Amino acid sequence: MTAPTLKVENLETHFPTRDGIVRAVDGVSFEVAQGEILGLVGESGSGKSITGFSILGLIDAPGHIAGGKILFKGEDITRASPQRMRQLRGARIAMIFQDPMMTLNPVLRIDTQMIETVQAHEKVSDVAARARAAEALRAVGIAAPEERLLSYPHQLSGGMRQRVAIATALLHKPDLIIADEPTTALDVTIQGQILYEMRKLCRDTGTALIWITHDLSVVAGLADRIMVMYAGRIVETGPVATVIERPQHPYTRGLIGSVPGALPRGKRLFQIPGMTPALINLPPGCRFKNRCSRADALCDTMPELAELSPGHGVRCHHPYDAKPLTPSETAA
Amino acid sequence: MSDVTLPAQTTAPAKTESPIKRIIAEFVESKLAVFGFILLMFFALAAIFGPYVAPQDPYDLANLDILDARLPPGEVSGTGMTFLLGSDGQGRDMLSAMLYGLRISLFVGVTAVALALAIGAFAGLLAAYAGGRIDTFIMRVVDIQLSFPAILVALILLAVLGNGVDKVIIALVVVQWAYFARAARGAALVERSKEYVEAARCLGLSRARLLLRHLLPNCMPPLIVIATIDIARSITLEATLSFLGLGVPVTEPSLGMLIANGFDYLLSGVYWISLFPGLLLTLVIIAINLVGDQLRDVLNPRLKR
Amino acid sequence: MLVFIIRRLMQAALVVAVMSVLVFVGIYLIGDPLAILVSPEATELDREEIARSLGLDRPVWEQYFTFLTAAVQGDFGKSFVFGQPSLGLILERMPATLELALTATIMAVVIGVPLGLYAGLRHETIGARAIMAGSVLGFSLPNFWVGLMLIMLFAVQFGWLPASGRGQTVEVLGIELSVFTANGWKHIILPAITLGLSKCALIIRLARATAREVMLMDYVKFARAKGLDEKRVIGVHILKNIMVPITTVTGLELGALIAFAVITETIFSWPGMGKLLIDSIIHLDRPVVVAYLIVVVLLLVAINLIVDILYSVLDPRVRLGGAK
Repeated sequence: MTAPTLKVENLETHFPTRDGIVRAVDGVSFEVAQGEILGLVGESGSGKSITGFSILGLIDAPGHIAGGKILFKGEDITRASPQRMRQLRGARIAMIFQDPMMTLNPVLRIDTQMIETVQAHEKVSDVAARARAAEALRAVGIAAPEERLLSYPHQLSGGMRQRVAIATALLHKPDLIIADEPTTALDVTIQGQILYEMRKLCRDTGTALIWITHDLSVVAGLADRIMVMYAGRIVETGPVATVIERPQHPYTRGLIGSVPGALPRGKRLFQIPGMTPALINLPPGCRFKNRCSRADALCDTMPELAELSPGHGVRCHHPYDAKPLTPSETAA
Repeated sequence: MSDVTLPAQTTAPAKTESPIKRIIAEFVESKLAVFGFILLMFFALAAIFGPYVAPQDPYDLANLDILDARLPPGEVSGTGMTFLLGSDGQGRDMLSAMLYGLRISLFVGVTAVALALAIGAFAGLLAAYAGGRIDTFIMRVVDIQLSFPAILVALILLAVLGNGVDKVIIALVVVQWAYFARAARGAALVERSKEYVEAARCLGLSRARLLLRHLLPNCMPPLIVIATIDIARSITLEATLSFLGLGVPVTEPSLGMLIANGFDYLLSGVYWISLFPGLLLTLVIIAINLVGDQLRDVLNPRLKR
Repeated sequence: MLVFIIRRLMQAALVVAVMSVLVFVGIYLIGDPLAILVSPEATELDREEIARSLGLDRPVWEQYFTFLTAAVQGDFGKSFVFGQPSLGLILERMPATLELALTATIMAVVIGVPLGLYAGLRHETIGARAIMAGSVLGFSLPNFWVGLMLIMLFAVQFGWLPASGRGQTVEVLGIELSVFTANGWKHIILPAITLGLSKCALIIRLARATAREVMLMDYVKFARAKGLDEKRVIGVHILKNIMVPITTVTGLELGALIAFAVITETIFSWPGMGKLLIDSIIHLDRPVVVAYLIVVVLLLVAINLIVDILYSVLDPRVRLGGAK
């Protein structure tokens, strides 16, 4: 096996505020191989989006990467010059954003926004760049691309706009795409189409994909591996089948329980009590303990990310397989 | 000016004491605003007590000696009087003239805004409360009025009315009331839908009482902000009109007229007659704007972070 | 679009009609022009003769009606002072005023937008704070006093620039303009700065506020994620969005600027219609004042219409003719 497309080691991204430092990403490590799809799951505030933006080097000031390495094809891009990062962004590492209504500049035509992306990385004529843009639009299933290129964003539907954003991300056949909840704002049928197309694309081109979402059901059918984040840390990671079928962390289990359709009909949906903690002045120990039914005194120390089976890691003192479940927990 | 804090106190009876304390506490957070406020208080005192502290009464012709005309700043005259800021073309002490001028400028600005506030707030509340045709009519007049440059309206009005402090004030009120009317209507429409108005109505309070005792105090914060900034606008506008010879009469010169008087001498290098009144005018306006900006931030909870 | 323009023109006609009544009645109340026009030594018979020749002996409604019939045909009466058609007098001086107002506006935008953009994008820096302090000053300085101080410094003290007049003009498309000669530039620069200073301060504030808003937008982040360099992100993606409110506000303020030119023109003896207005008010030259006001109302209407159309060009989301 060749070197992974992306290898993140102990990433720490901090936001200094008046009340203290917010450790939005706190010691996160993972890998994504060529052609692999990684589902990065968590609630809002878990640090999953910040992880994505950290890889692109697009953290809003005063936030910054405070520690760790991000190795993109072996190159540590936390130390790369702004010039080098600019070369990588959009060409080798592309990103797709959550809200298609907001990602396209409202006062610029689609062609302007796509051609500038081509020409930011390659010296090609306007005509050639336009042809590339049209081709990319066709690849994501947009009919009459030449016509669409002449539109303004507001003339297109949400799904169409997200396709444009995806086509823009694909212009340079990147090695890695970071997709930050790109289907959340779309309706279900379009969501399905886009998921299908993205999956096919990664298989065909060998592009690695990090799919950030709060919705486990989305990545269940899409990803090869799943990584669950909670309050800036990875709490569970493993192959998609393992994590979905035999979740070990109480939080992961809670996430699965709150997905409609994962449980038999008529069964009440599970809700994780409480809220994500504020990432400031966190008490020591497991960050989930206040919401966890299995927490005890041991949980006042931070558990390590322990590998239970090959590739399946859990950050919990009381993983489910370690002891038999009580009847009430099975019901949950 | 002391009236900056006054309206804040008049809003108080409806609430407990703590909002005022909060407003004061937040206001003093900005050093610039506090500086502006102190400067403003100083100018207000200077304007009020000007006649007692001025080195001479600049409008008693018996005091003036044509031999003292156009003395540069700091010059001592033959009669032994020191002209700290120089003298004008008639031998008038500039410092004294400026103290008197400040008095008139501030008086005109504050009076005009107070009247405009009263009329505008009344019209705005009426529009909001009555609705229907009255509302449409009042707001249409406001729209037309605001689509016209204020300076033109004031110019034409004064051309019709003639010179005089009272006439300048009328002109200023006419060009400013519409801002207050629009703001008052907007605030009242928001307030009207709130529960306490409903409650007051259920208690069977009269319309007038409901408007004046309940709606008005709660609409005051945005109006106070506009009023503060508007005092600066009024003073500038009055100075501009007086500069053009269409404002206050020669017998009651404001800062603007002092500046205009200096214009004639400017080309011969006699700078101080225009320079010092202009500096004073600028300082007054900056001070008001600093206070007004901070008041807007403090009184407008929508902008708070 | 066409419907929109027609509707706007009808609204404008209504405003102009209302204005003409207000203006006429208002102006009618201004003093007695005869007192100024006729020398004190003239006999009563002379006075009546002059009054009749000017139509001043008629009742007010009749004067208005005469005025209205003539006005519709573009005749606002002859100036009492110059003895020429008043509309012609105004139109003759209008290019000078428009030239001054437009020069001031362009200077305000060219200087204000980059400064405001910088203050917005780098809002924590000392430079940004200095710019904002400068804009507060620009806001607070009394317009006319700035003019005097500029004359004091650059005309009297240093002797670099002339204090009055319009300088050498060149005829361009039948209109005399100053901005095409070096001498004309020397004459226009001080009045233009005087007139444009507070607008520049306004534009700085507006550009800063919008820049701070726009820079947080997803599309700006996406532009960066596409690998565009900062020059393009700021110069195209941010700037083009900022220009939407800037154009609207600048356009709408142009009317106020033309009105304010009255003062600047008086200070710098700029031979525009504003100076003519002040002179006419002082000499109670009724027809000229009326003609000026009507012309300015029409100008305001035209400017608002152009701004609305420009707005829809700059911001493709805006469609004219709808619920506006």
